[in-house]
Amino acid sequence: MAGAAPYSDERAREIIAAHMGLEGPALPILHALQAEFGCVPESAVREMASALNISRAEMHGVVTFYHDFHSSPHGRHTLKICRAESCQSMGAEKQANEFLARNKLEWHQTTPDGSLTVEPVYCLGLCAHSPAALYDNEPIGMVDAETLDGLVEEAKGK
Amino acid sequence: MTKIYIPLDMAAVAMGADRLAAAVAKEAAARGLDVEIVRNGSRGMLWLEPLIEVETPAGRVGYGPAKVKDVASLFESGFLTGGAHPLNIGVVDEHPWMKRQNRVTFVRCGVIDPLSVADYEAHGGFAGLKRAFEMGAPAVVEEVTKSGLRGRGGAGFPTGIKWKTVADCAPGQKYVVVNADEGDSGTFADRMIMEGDPLSLIEGMIICGYAIGGSKGYVYLRSEYPVVAKVFQAAIEKAREAGWLGRNIKGSGFDFDMELRIGAGAYVCGEETSLLESLEGKRGIVRAKPPLPAHVGLFGKPTVVNNVLSMATVPMILEKGAKHYADLGVGRSRGTMPLQIAGNVKYGGLFETDFGIPLGEIVNDIAGGTRTGRPVKAVQVGGPLGAYLPVSLFDLPFDYEAFAAKDSLIGHGGLVIFDDTVDMVWMARFGMEFCAIESCGKCTPCRIGSTRGVETIDKIRNGQDVEKNIELLKDLCHTMKFGSLCALGGFAPYPVESALRHFPEDFRKPALEAAE
Ligand SMILES: Cc1cc2nc3c(=O)[nH]c(=O)nc-3n(C[C@H](O)[C@H](O)[C@H](O)COP(=O)(O)O)c2cc1C
Ligand code: SF4
Ligand code: FES
Repeated sequence: MAGAAPYSDERAREIIAAHMGLEGPALPILHALQAEFGCVPESAVREMASALNISRAEMHGVVTFYHDFHSSPHGRHTLKICRAESCQSMGAEKQANEFLARNKLEWHQTTPDGSLTVEPVYCLGLCAHSPAALYDNEPIGMVDAETLDGLVEEAKGK
Repeated sequence: MTKIYIPLDMAAVAMGADRLAAAVAKEAAARGLDVEIVRNGSRGMLWLEPLIEVETPAGRVGYGPAKVKDVASLFESGFLTGGAHPLNIGVVDEHPWMKRQNRVTFVRCGVIDPLSVADYEAHGGFAGLKRAFEMGAPAVVEEVTKSGLRGRGGAGFPTGIKWKTVADCAPGQKYVVVNADEGDSGTFADRMIMEGDPLSLIEGMIICGYAIGGSKGYVYLRSEYPVVAKVFQAAIEKAREAGWLGRNIKGSGFDFDMELRIGAGAYVCGEETSLLESLEGKRGIVRAKPPLPAHVGLFGKPTVVNNVLSMATVPMILEKGAKHYADLGVGRSRGTMPLQIAGNVKYGGLFETDFGIPLGEIVNDIAGGTRTGRPVKAVQVGGPLGAYLPVSLFDLPFDYEAFAAKDSLIGHGGLVIFDDTVDMVWMARFGMEFCAIESCGKCTPCRIGSTRGVETIDKIRNGQDVEKNIELLKDLCHTMKFGSLCALGGFAPYPVESALRHFPEDFRKPALEAAE
């Protein structure tokens, strides 16, 4: 995943400025900030509030409303495991719980070495191939325990 | 040179299509064979993905599901000329599953190169827009109204009436917004169009812009679809290069351009007013209606908000005429419905058919029953807010009104099939939990009710005052249904109440030890 760059106010301001020509630029800016820094830190929220001319509280409300944005960096890789109905019909809930237990993780947590964050997701549109997962931006259909464990190893490697 | 088709569709990719395409290219090069690999959309036979198709004089012959390990044997068996192989399914257009369909919205999906404007035009693309320009804006609105097209995003509101409302607003800035949030479990039709025939969506948006007098469009796509974002962005650029977007489109004097915007993982942003708030850069909190988005929409301007499928069907309606479309279907459900067949299923995929087909025929016949081979117990139709239907309702015809009469909904046309191992109390609990996670928080019945719902169902699962808590749960559902501002809280009772009604025995099992 991207997002390794250390945070700087100056760079944040550049990213914000690059999007100010858009109508309703907040979401595109937030996506760009997170792509650059791996998260949207509080300082970036302050920069955005001032650029968009809204209160910091309001800006904070926007960032925290969306599941995708987070204020501190996640692991270097992200594994999203689907737990919506279709995937549940193929045993996703049990499989995910066992996977989390095997790795001593809970939803939204990162492995101690910082390599992998595990997130729940509610449908990836891969429901004819349930259960499904998304590793960084790579979709995986009919995922099984072996594949999930393989991803933990793969994440450690890079 | 032989043309080989390998889908770029996210589901095909999830089953290894990218690796397969690379392996086929490598093997062909090693053998010195002259091939062209086209990355197409999916034909919708998802259980066969990745499905390779080879162009032969007899038609496009399919091989699937093909894995990298099959590549060498495919070449050896002469698949470039349609040779015999265990994966050979024959000419794809002749496959019984394809032949039973009536492909209208999906007629080009999987057939053409989605990123070739020339291929799109060769298959009827932009004919609808050209006719629209000839007819003039008011006639276009009239044509869409006459077709009987109802919004495919769930509510089934007539598309033509929505367009007329916006067209009738005073001239000035107006917007075309496409809802590509597709958050419902068991749905993937929007995704498939955006990957397999993206120009049809773009053409639909231009037609809409022309009809209502708006020059700017937005597509709001969920962030869970990274592959789609890449393909669709490329399609926008191709359309712009070819002069179908921008100023004075093809000398018509009409200007229209569009942007792709990515959501940020909030289900409620599929609700149209919440989507508009999100596009404006705010929290995705539902607005009270009225005013309707048609009057006061994006940035306070009149706005059409349509689902991907509604918009992508419009070009065909303009091309072939309203009557052609209206003649399909039953009752007030005109045209076709792209069914999305998913879950514990043998033949999962996208099956487009006229309205009116019985539910049981879809599940047992078209879908072939469950993948696990066990008996079907329940089918959830219409996403996480849809009802669970038992086998005893399999006579129900697929049509908006017939489903409503059974306290259920068609929604976006997704069907999720469950075998007899499913625990309906757990699914009811999940329905409430999902609502609690995704609630925008604006109104109490939804925000608090869903959390109380989870607690109450947990008590039932623990065998605690079961009958009393079932009554409480019903009461909660009633409050949510009638007290919520939008359909997230308002429809969350559907899965719960239907589970209670059709699978009462599941709620009265001996106390479960804390499962999971
Ligand atoms: C919680 C919620 C989620 C929704 N999600 C979607 C969605 O993902 N896609 C969609 O097209 N409509 C969705 N809708 C329906 C939209 O509010 C709206 O009715 C639709 O986009 C209108 O387009 P149509 O007339 O073409 O169907 C949702 C509604 C609610 C209440
Ligand atoms: S029903 Fe739920 S999602 Fe809809 S407006 Fe109320 S709190 Fe928000
Ligand atoms: S429910 Fe898991 S991919 Fe759709």
